[in-house]
Amino acid sequence: MSELHAQTVPFVRDSMLPQELPPASQRGAVKWVRENLFSGPMNTILTVLSLLVVFLILQSSLPWWLNSVWNANSLAECRAAVQAMAGEGATGACWAVIRERWHQFMFGFYPRGLYWRPVLAFALLFVALAPVLFGDNARKRMILLACVAVALVLALIGVGTDLAHVSFAIVAMAAILAVSHLAPARLIWATLLFPAVGFFLLWGGSVWGPIGVLMGFGVLVAVYRLLLPMLGVVMGTALGFLAACVWWLMIQTHVTTVLHNLMPWGLEAIDSDQFGGFLLAFTIGVTAIAASLPLGILLALGRRSDMFLIKTLSVGFIEFIRGVPLITMLFTASLLLQYFLPPQTNFDLILRVIILVTLFASAYIAEVVRGGLAALPRGQYEAADALGLDYWKAQRHIIMPQALKISIPGIVSSFIGLFKDTTLVAFVGLLDPLKGVTAIVRADINWKGIYWEPYIFVGTIFFLICFGMSRYSMYLEKKLKTDHR
Amino acid sequence: MKKSVILGTLTVAGLAAGMASAATLDDVKARGELICGTNTGLTGFAAPDANGVYQGFDVAVCKALAAAVLSDASKVKFVPTTGETRFTALASGEVDLLVRNSTWTYSRDTDLKLDFVAVNYYDGQGFMVKKDLGVSSAKELDGATICIQTGTTTELNLADFFKENNITYTPVTVADDSEAQRQYTAGACDAFTTDASGLAATRATLADAENHVILPEIISKEPLGPVVRHGDNNWGDVVRWTFYALVAAEELGITAANVEEIATTSTNPEVKRLLGTEGDMGAMIGLDKDWAKRAIAVSGNYGEIFAANIGESTSIGLARGLNAQWTQGGLMYAPPFR
Repeated sequence: MSELHAQTVPFVRDSMLPQELPPASQRGAVKWVRENLFSGPMNTILTVLSLLVVFLILQSSLPWWLNSVWNANSLAECRAAVQAMAGEGATGACWAVIRERWHQFMFGFYPRGLYWRPVLAFALLFVALAPVLFGDNARKRMILLACVAVALVLALIGVGTDLAHVSFAIVAMAAILAVSHLAPARLIWATLLFPAVGFFLLWGGSVWGPIGVLMGFGVLVAVYRLLLPMLGVVMGTALGFLAACVWWLMIQTHVTTVLHNLMPWGLEAIDSDQFGGFLLAFTIGVTAIAASLPLGILLALGRRSDMFLIKTLSVGFIEFIRGVPLITMLFTASLLLQYFLPPQTNFDLILRVIILVTLFASAYIAEVVRGGLAALPRGQYEAADALGLDYWKAQRHIIMPQALKISIPGIVSSFIGLFKDTTLVAFVGLLDPLKGVTAIVRADINWKGIYWEPYIFVGTIFFLICFGMSRYSMYLEKKLKTDHR
Repeated sequence: MKKSVILGTLTVAGLAAGMASAATLDDVKARGELICGTNTGLTGFAAPDANGVYQGFDVAVCKALAAAVLSDASKVKFVPTTGETRFTALASGEVDLLVRNSTWTYSRDTDLKLDFVAVNYYDGQGFMVKKDLGVSSAKELDGATICIQTGTTTELNLADFFKENNITYTPVTVADDSEAQRQYTAGACDAFTTDASGLAATRATLADAENHVILPEIISKEPLGPVVRHGDNNWGDVVRWTFYALVAAEELGITAANVEEIATTSTNPEVKRLLGTEGDMGAMIGLDKDWAKRAIAVSGNYGEIFAANIGESTSIGLARGLNAQWTQGGLMYAPPFR
């Protein structure tokens, strides 16, 4: 028994043992690899196969990337440089073509001395977007605007702008930053004025043209305000629009001519056929995106309307446009419209393309928005009615904020698709960055035979833009997430 | 009912477009600018350089025409057209003429209501193969894989040629010239076929040009030339004779450098008529006396234009061949200026 007793002296630990690391196989990289790459026989086989593929791709393409040549005047010089660098039979990327022709990929044939205009317009695009993108977040908006200002100045110096225009841009951006800081609500004016400012900067000409168009919108608003108490929203808008049309079509040119004769201010006019590359893609893409959203919302509302005529027209429009490929619309814009227009009207090809691309995109947006409207519970509509809101007020305060929130992923993916579809304009002879500019660069005997480099360059830029749009939509979704699903 | 209204509208619109094109010369003069339909980019024939200025063999014809009609070779607007849009752009009046490597064929001339006014380049479809294939004639290409642009007349010519010689081939269809070059150099096909001028340009840019040969067979006729709309004969005359002025200038030894001198010193009556020192040939086509002189002064006569853009001294290095003067065994034969 005595031995037993000796064993019963209690053991009491008086200090904590230091924490041990988990076993080597259960932590760090090893654990991650085991769990994610080799978690079973099937996955192990797949992992090994994937690694093999990655290895093969790298083996074949890595030398090509490493042997990049930046300084050469022709493909033959590139090849000679690669041979000198890496020996006989080596292949290498010839980025010299991008170095020599980057401006055509960016601006097409836009005159070199005037690159500050599209660059400034592009920067102002972000200023215009700031209240829309980060309307309620002053800090983020200021960061965005400051980044735009810095990037603008660097870009202007990069494209070789003269000092006067750089300082003008600095002053303009400083003014915008000040407005954004002191009176953020006023920034919305930058958004509303941007279409006219952008048009003026890109196409130039007399300053009174865009101002005349803006006056038309002034007429619209004035008539609308005047008639609203008497005739209501729909008739007020319709008559306002009618009055604006009268202004635009009959009065405007006379007034602007007189004003231009008195004060001949303006920028050098640039023809549309000078546009190309990403300048063209952005001009078409941004205009179509901006115009198709409101049009799409109206079409979606029209399609759900109880009024027979409006409903039929909306359904007919949407189904017709969606039933036709975009390329058909582009050919219509480029070829068919010429036959219908009066002889010798030189209706700008880019404008025709923008209009038809906008119509095309708005039909898709309409269906996306209709999806959002359909997802709203009936109770929301009834609640709006119960509050005594009229149709437009209900749409504005109750229905649309919720429906659009649901539709964000669909809308953004339509936008991304639309932006990429702008490359299809190559088929009607416009200089899109992917095919149009690449084709003219390759037609130069110095660069004939070049293949991957322009595609990789243009593809990278497209990816960055589309990826940016996609990330922003995710941010927006997270920000607007108010439900508790 | 509705259909007839639409058809009626179409007809009226078509008629209106047709009427609009009735006096292209006046339109061009009033506009002060010649609108020339060109290629979206074809090596040696039409391509913008790094400054966005169009250069090339076809471009030179447009510039000469602008000089003849508007007295200023820079008053040309080049509208790039694709294979699909070119003829409609011309028919709808968007361009005044088309100088875009378009083959003169029966159906285009008649059914499409176009007029091919002259031929500025006689081309033909050929083959390029790797030397180590050991082929010296296209008839030995039995069983070969051939890179070919899809949807072109070259595709049909190829099928005809192989059927006629009772041999087989496997087509590797590609979308455009650059892809064809890519596939060919990557070894996806044994032979590459397209117009001989394109083959020469492609071969000139290959890394190992000496390992590739262009086979002697030319399997099709591709007369390429400026095109105008049917029904505006005066404008057609202006384009045709401006081009022939360039051809005649080469035959008569008139160059960009000596045109002024020859105009004053020459005693040859045809030279005098051409350059406007005798008679008034320009008035017959609605231009002034010096039209041909200005056209020649822009980039020289036909031979000079050829040599500067695609000739043997350039990296494309095309021989004159069929495009030599008739006195040199070629087909360039300007009718007499009389």
